[in-house]
Amino acid sequence: MSEINITESKEKESLFHEIIRLLKENVRSYMMYIALVVIMIFFNFMTKGAFLTAMNITNLINQAGYVAVLAIGMTIILILVQIDLSIGFVAGFSGAIAAILMTQYNISEWVAIPIVALIGLAIGTYQGLIVTRLSVPAFVTTLAGMFIFRGALSLSLQKTGTIIIPNAGFNALSNGSIVDPTEGHLITIAIGVIGIILVFIAMINARRNKVKYNFQVTSLPIFVVELVAIAVVVMVIITRLASFNGLPWTAVIVGVILLGYNFMLNKTKLGRAIYGIGGNAQAAELSGINVKRVMMFAFCSMGTLAAIAGILFTSRLQSATPTAGTGFEMDAIASSYIGGVAVSGGIGKVTNTIIGTLVIMSLTNGMNLMGVDISWQYVVKGIIFIIAVAFDIRSRNMAK
Amino acid sequence: MGDYILEMKNIEKVFPGVKALDNVNFSVKRGEIHCLVGENGAGKSTLMKVLSGVYPHGTYSGDIVYDGEVQKFRNIADSESKGIAIIYQELALIPELSVYENIFFGHEIASNNIINWNETIVRAKEELKKVGLDNVDPSVKLKTLGVGQQQLVEIAKALSKNVKLLILDEPTSSLNEDDSENLLELLKKLQKEGVTSIMISHKLKEVTAIADTVTVLRDGSTICSMDAHEREIKEEEIIQNMVGRKLDNIYPKRAEKKIGDVVFELKDWTVEDPEKNYREILHHVNMNVRKGEIVGLQGLMGAGRTELAMSIFGNPKGYRITDGHLYMNGKEKRYHSPAAAIKDGLAYVTEDRKGNGLILMQDIRYNISVANLDALVKKLSINENEEIRIANYYKESINIKAPSIEQKVGNLSGGNQQKVQLAKWMFVEPNVLILDEPTRGIDVGAKFEIYTLMNRLVEEGMSIIMISSELPEILGMSDRLYVMSEGTITGELIGEEADEEKVMALAVKS
Repeated sequence: MSEINITESKEKESLFHEIIRLLKENVRSYMMYIALVVIMIFFNFMTKGAFLTAMNITNLINQAGYVAVLAIGMTIILILVQIDLSIGFVAGFSGAIAAILMTQYNISEWVAIPIVALIGLAIGTYQGLIVTRLSVPAFVTTLAGMFIFRGALSLSLQKTGTIIIPNAGFNALSNGSIVDPTEGHLITIAIGVIGIILVFIAMINARRNKVKYNFQVTSLPIFVVELVAIAVVVMVIITRLASFNGLPWTAVIVGVILLGYNFMLNKTKLGRAIYGIGGNAQAAELSGINVKRVMMFAFCSMGTLAAIAGILFTSRLQSATPTAGTGFEMDAIASSYIGGVAVSGGIGKVTNTIIGTLVIMSLTNGMNLMGVDISWQYVVKGIIFIIAVAFDIRSRNMAK
Repeated sequence: MGDYILEMKNIEKVFPGVKALDNVNFSVKRGEIHCLVGENGAGKSTLMKVLSGVYPHGTYSGDIVYDGEVQKFRNIADSESKGIAIIYQELALIPELSVYENIFFGHEIASNNIINWNETIVRAKEELKKVGLDNVDPSVKLKTLGVGQQQLVEIAKALSKNVKLLILDEPTSSLNEDDSENLLELLKKLQKEGVTSIMISHKLKEVTAIADTVTVLRDGSTICSMDAHEREIKEEEIIQNMVGRKLDNIYPKRAEKKIGDVVFELKDWTVEDPEKNYREILHHVNMNVRKGEIVGLQGLMGAGRTELAMSIFGNPKGYRITDGHLYMNGKEKRYHSPAAAIKDGLAYVTEDRKGNGLILMQDIRYNISVANLDALVKKLSINENEEIRIANYYKESINIKAPSIEQKVGNLSGGNQQKVQLAKWMFVEPNVLILDEPTRGIDVGAKFEIYTLMNRLVEEGMSIIMISSELPEILGMSDRLYVMSEGTITGELIGEEADEEKVMALAVKS
């Protein structure tokens, strides 16, 4: 027949050719890491080493936390080819509610936080219902939400103005580190080492499985290089953190959320359904997937994560302000796209989104250190964002 | 003779995984009506897309000589400027605009970029007259016209661009007999006025009635060109050239037929479409399927076959089912989502595998397991080892040609994509499998494999409803068949008593 037989390339390719092939095939994802490294080196050079100090890395993590949480939720929304513009002010509003609960009603932060998370869930539910039941496009629904929660934020702080939060536990979420009384923060280092070991086990198992089924795997030398690279990067960061205050709470919170969402996307029916709907919603529905229920999940999860992000941001400032939340959605959307979520939907990973977040927040942090004017910061971030997405679309088209 | 308006020489066009055109030569004489025939997937539409610039110069190899010059069209605008116009099966008109706006859409009559609407309306009237639509008011919205008239508007649009070579891709496939005849008359009239036409058609009666020359394509190659002025062209001859082998061995026979009790039945099934102003699209449909039986459902495009399948299969389009009963294994059911239908043992393989069947950006493994993940879930997470085993099993057992199950489905050929779709639904193990145009756009070899697979499934006790507009296929495969026309079952034919004439007569009955 007229089909071209694609034969399995069993013969051994040379290491050099493999590297070239991997570079070609994965230019998109490698580019992201390269960009991050280049940006970090650039800022470290421009700030005469201030960027990569232990203190600034801790700062960067604490600053990036709320964006990372938003971007994880946004990644799900964007894979489904939806959008949520309201998250910035939902986060701001949630932070204000948390502050009011703690200062005016004297509710403990450990009760206030779950209440605020539930409010976020309720907001997500309401927006999800409008999108799925009334078929109003998400763009319109959440644009309306942007108006509503911007107003709600102002209203809730109208009488008091900015609320200063005295609760130490609350403020520690985005300023403090895990309890680590040991000399040189050994617990932090231990967590890093255990983390690396777990990642190694997972990667080695996954590779072994692939070999068992005769799937293509990277050759052993490259695989080892990958493992070593991961170990080096993680250990550099961990030892830096240990030399300062230890592992920040923000890193723990983001890490737990990230692991949960990564598991959900890769290993569960729900994750499959999300990719399926994003790839082709009609086909997914005809395959027996309940499209509306999955959409509902996405908006509910987004609302809840927006509330958690609001808590982190409020904790970071140790206060709730009427302008909190302005432009958060832009950073979250940019993080997701820089992290490789396809503009046409159906493709994306939360782990890569975190890299995207680090790119965006490194730009913010680095330019702040350099004393770049905030207006210019927006321009620079916009330019990098559009370059990343244009590059993404181009490399995907080339692959076709 | 020998004055050719068009010569396409050694045309070759490759898509990822499939060679769609292989060394095609195609010559059209000035002023003739040239019919291009071939099975679905033979490469007719691809050839016309190469000609019209949809696939620009450089994406194919070979030469296009038109009006004595080698042409290098970069897009449709290029070919249009030379007087080539193509009219697709799916009309490229805008329903909400008026007839005259449609006729001059894209080449408006304007001076200094300001449209002269009065002149447009006058000119539109002239063009409508040429296609015999004298009585149509050019200012009405296009959507108020019937399909046949819309087709004529499309031709009027082509004429308004001073077309010299008119290409029609299955122009009569959605028309009734009167409209079809009307259209063929028009082509002859235009021929006298000097317009050359290329018509792609499956309707061989029309072809033999109208063609000056018939060219047959098969599997992406030119098989022959026949001149009607040298000798009479017979339908049988065309068919033989189209399929390349005797008709009887394309359809594998089952060793023994074990047909059991009725497993699925529809009574008085009546459906309205809210998107078409609640017009009734299916009228009191009665049909049944027995265990181990292949039931054909034939009808022309627009007869309501896909709508029927969708309304049964959980009604994802949101039609309003106003009357009727559905019985599955003797129990009355009404499915409100595809998920519910699947759970009850009903599966539907869509006619549009790229549009709503497969998730092209995902791999074979994903697509095979997606409709039956419940079978693979262990404590929240999907058992990937089992999933890989299943996917590999189907890849081997139905011969999906790909380097591994990690291959993206979008990179497979049509035949292999169709096999992935079938594997996906075989994994669900339904009782009743609805196949909608299961061999559309795939090559003859893959078709044979799919027919063999269908026989295997019914031998194992599945029941199949096969929707197809290809007469030979439905006659060759069905134990029994229903014919539909305009939303009504117009007849039921049992195996041997069915032949092309009987089916066709029922299919055009209104």
